[in-house]
Amino acid sequence: MRARDFVTRTGEIAVLTGQAFAAMAARPLETRLWFAQMEQLGVRSLGVAGIASIFTGMVMALQTAYSLPSLGVKYYIGSVVAKSLVRELGPVLTALIVGGRIGSGMTAEIGTMTVTEQIDAMRSMAIDPVKKLVAPKLGAVLVMLPSLTVIGCGLGILGGLLVAVFQLNVQASVYLNNIVQNLTLADVVSGVGKSFVFAYIIAIIGCYNGLHTEGGADGVGRATTDTVVTLAIIIMISDYFLTKLFILAVS
Amino acid sequence: MQPDEQPQPPPQTSQPPSPASPLFVVRGLTRSFAGRKVLDGLDFEILRGETFVILGRSGSGKSVTLRQLNGLDKPDAGSVVFDGTEITGLEERDLYPMRRRVAMLFQSGALFDSMTVSDNVAFPLREHTRLSEQEIAAKVQEKLGLVQLPEAGPKMPSDLSGGMRKRAALARSLALDPEVMLYDEPTTGLDPATAATIGKLIRQIHRRLDVTQVVITHDLDLARHVGDRLAYLSEGHFRFLGDWAAAERSSDPELSDLLSGREWEKEDDHAASAQP
Repeated sequence: MRARDFVTRTGEIAVLTGQAFAAMAARPLETRLWFAQMEQLGVRSLGVAGIASIFTGMVMALQTAYSLPSLGVKYYIGSVVAKSLVRELGPVLTALIVGGRIGSGMTAEIGTMTVTEQIDAMRSMAIDPVKKLVAPKLGAVLVMLPSLTVIGCGLGILGGLLVAVFQLNVQASVYLNNIVQNLTLADVVSGVGKSFVFAYIIAIIGCYNGLHTEGGADGVGRATTDTVVTLAIIIMISDYFLTKLFILAVS
Repeated sequence: MQPDEQPQPPPQTSQPPSPASPLFVVRGLTRSFAGRKVLDGLDFEILRGETFVILGRSGSGKSVTLRQLNGLDKPDAGSVVFDGTEITGLEERDLYPMRRRVAMLFQSGALFDSMTVSDNVAFPLREHTRLSEQEIAAKVQEKLGLVQLPEAGPKMPSDLSGGMRKRAALARSLALDPEVMLYDEPTTGLDPATAATIGKLIRQIHRRLDVTQVVITHDLDLARHVGDRLAYLSEGHFRFLGDWAAAERSSDPELSDLLSGREWEKEDDHAASAQP
């Protein structure tokens, strides 16, 4: 991608962002579309996000116990699992997995509508595609991704608990106590805060690539792949800067 | 009217019986794609109540011209005035009032494939009117009846044939009782019988609903069937603009070849001369 393309795209994404947030607030509120999207984008991602989180928590517990076998470390498994899940793995893994699923879905759906003139048809009927398509998706992801992240963290902590109790002979009360004593509000805020930013990135890139799809079924395929790759990269890069930002804000 | 660089004859508009005033006034319309000038300073007017046909080969810029009339595409230079209001340079949102009066039938139909045919036709009504669901249902049925698809309401667009899809899309375009209908290649991809049905519908709509129509096509039969006036677009210019009688008399070689069906022979000549 050439520098000028990059600048153009960034500008267009900024404009789409403005339009989408304005459309979210504008009346009528289109609550039916929002709920439909929440179901489609959020509820149906619960399974995949949940399974990924549980096993991440279980792996974290195992790794902590076996890679740091010095005396007593297993009594800290609770806080290691919880902190790493809440601050980092929960938001990022959920965003990557759910983003790949729903971001590509958005691009495919809107991209198909673009290449079959359905978006133009909407415009020609004086109906705003941003209001009808982009805003409900953005709103739904902004609600559902943080929710999925919180649920995922809970399930991950539960997975860690199972491994701690049944494989490492740590008492459940020790594991949970350790979490309660060490997990701070700042951890939770930074994790949930990240997932709001990721939600925005997923929805806006997914919709933008859909609206700018060119050239038939082939173009839809290319745009969809582009969304998945772009999302993965942007989520990873922005995660670093968000972490840095939260650390600065706390200290 | 500014004649452009056409060899002859001057695009004299033969007035229909009632002196109609122009609904669209287009001046100096220019549009390029990737450095290629597709439209190079088009000047024309579309009169109230007429059916104006733009003929041209594929890729001659017909669709681009049509899309300027409702602002779906923006020109590089020139202006489009609709009913006294300049629409070039307007923001998308400011185009909405005119788009509620100007409906468009897309080449592919462009039905929303996630909705039934009824919901497609009801979509602009739900969006722009305060009609009750009962009134909307009645209106949907009326429009589907008009395009002779009274049974198609509960079907999904994917269950319809190409011709039926186009008629359903036509019903949707008519939902808001537009003053202007824009048709983008209405018969492309249809068999001759279905194409004739669509042509008849276009003529019926014109007669019954008193709309101004713009049809772009390369289908000469359709053009003859529905057009009051025609323009022939080639290389960014109108090589001809006028009524049918003038078109038949035109000595423009390209146009008279097209009208007399000599296009075929010419293609053969090309093929023959290409042989070593």
